[in-house]
Amino acid sequence: MDYSQFLMMPQEIGLLLVFLLVFVYDTFMPQRSQDKLPLFTAILFALYAIYSFVPGQMGQAFGGMFEANPATWVMKNILNLGVLLVILQAVKWSNEDHVAIRRGEFYELLLLTLLGMFLMISARHFLLFVIGLETASLPIAALAAFEKRYYESREAAAKYIFTAVFSSAIFMLGISFVYGISGSLYFTDIATSIIGHKSALLIAAVAFVIAGVGFKLSLVPFHLWTADVYQGAPTAVTSYLSVISKGAAAFSFLVILTQVFGSAYAQVWEWMLYALIILTITLGNLFAIRQRNLKRFLAFSSISQAGYIMLGIIAVNTTGLASMMYYILVYIFSNLAAFGVIGVIERATGKVSMDDYNGLFRTNPWLAFTMMLAMFSLGGIPPFAGFFSKFFIFVGACQQGSVAIYVLVLIALVNTIISLYYYLLVVKAMFLRQDDCSVPYIDSHWTEEIGLTVCVMGIIALGLASGVYTRLSDIADSVTGIFALI
Amino acid sequence: MNLTLLMYLIPSLIMFGCGVYGFITRKNMIAIMISLELMLNSVDINFVVFNRYLFPGQMDGMFFTLFAIAIAAAETALALAIVINVYRAAKNVDIEQIRKLKF
Repeated sequence: MDYSQFLMMPQEIGLLLVFLLVFVYDTFMPQRSQDKLPLFTAILFALYAIYSFVPGQMGQAFGGMFEANPATWVMKNILNLGVLLVILQAVKWSNEDHVAIRRGEFYELLLLTLLGMFLMISARHFLLFVIGLETASLPIAALAAFEKRYYESREAAAKYIFTAVFSSAIFMLGISFVYGISGSLYFTDIATSIIGHKSALLIAAVAFVIAGVGFKLSLVPFHLWTADVYQGAPTAVTSYLSVISKGAAAFSFLVILTQVFGSAYAQVWEWMLYALIILTITLGNLFAIRQRNLKRFLAFSSISQAGYIMLGIIAVNTTGLASMMYYILVYIFSNLAAFGVIGVIERATGKVSMDDYNGLFRTNPWLAFTMMLAMFSLGGIPPFAGFFSKFFIFVGACQQGSVAIYVLVLIALVNTIISLYYYLLVVKAMFLRQDDCSVPYIDSHWTEEIGLTVCVMGIIALGLASGVYTRLSDIADSVTGIFALI
Repeated sequence: MNLTLLMYLIPSLIMFGCGVYGFITRKNMIAIMISLELMLNSVDINFVVFNRYLFPGQMDGMFFTLFAIAIAAAETALALAIVINVYRAAKNVDIEQIRKLKF
């Protein structure tokens, strides 16, 4: 065996090393230094995240099962950044008495799911992809059950594990049909053998695969677990689930749809995705309006954001890919800012209802300011990054050129305006309802402050600096091979 | 498609359908896990049958089945742990116990 192939996976190996060091620290360090474990993890992960910016060797490893190209490299770095923010925001929470005894497991499972997502992103063989998918989704069920004090947490874990297993069974049934058609599990082999292939079996296979990944992405007919799990799980896990998990699933969804089923784009999956996007954006928005619990509210908001991310996939061009990666980057900053504020307030007071945020500006001006920026960015108000990410994703979709896509973009645009209503409800509660402030002044931990500051800087800087999108666009242009089959 | 292939495929798909039906209708969480297991196992049968009858030259389907069995075992172990976790709080495994979170 040629061991130089491992040079193509520096990010995976580095992550595994971080995991092992955290595991060794958790197992062998004396009790008195255990409360330094979260900080140790954060620093180690920060070093690793900087190291992984060095591009490794690009190419295919293990007989074509694993591929490293500039797009997977930048996607993994985006996810690293998000996980670093999640870890920073969880440091204080994981040192509280009721979770402290299990805090090592929290970070270990978090890092392992990230490894699974990296495998999903780089996999070019369905066996590796399924292993990555399961590694990425199973530990999250254990993480969702982390708050043993609350019954909701147990319930969220049960709902998550049942739907996750159900969806992966459907996904694997789809793959078995694909295997029956083509006789291979390599993406490239399948793609060449289904060119010109028209059968009900292929349509069923594509539908099952879309349904299976759609569960992970919480697209609308498959979204019913989302709000319950987001509400019940601890806030750190919810923020991880809503941005990192969704970003990785979206990228690998694009790779599967274009590199495996690319030749069936116009006949088979363009229309499936078309219907899913309309349903996802519209229903996500409409259900978000009536939520009073902020975590549920952000769950439905993230369902509708997933619909916007799908616009980058249906575009099937390099602009779509670049704008999707940019969207995920911006979405990480905005959503983690929102969840960071919710996490701080929930940790200090246990309050997550929107009514508790009335007059938050009076007692906690900085938290309210951060939340306001996050809401503006999620809603897409111009100077902030969220506006540009939506703008680029619409441009990417429009470049596909057909009239149907223009109609789709118009529907998405109308939905953006609807979404402004409920995002601004939160801002209104914080700034205009000054009569009753139920949340006292909160002294947030310095790690939480760093996490929120990075998010705020990201929201503002990504809106002003055009260099980031240009760089992503160059990277997307260098991997045109992804769209060779369209 | 030859007849022997269909003789295996149709029972396997019926098994998958039974799993979906059980998943939706059962009220007991252990029964739901059994239904999930039916679905996963029918996928395994699919892979083995396709490999044996359509592509006997390679072993891709067999290997996938081996890995799928291992993954299914991990899923079952974790699901069982979570069901026990619910049981400790609610003292039974009825699906009615996990309806506290809804709109």
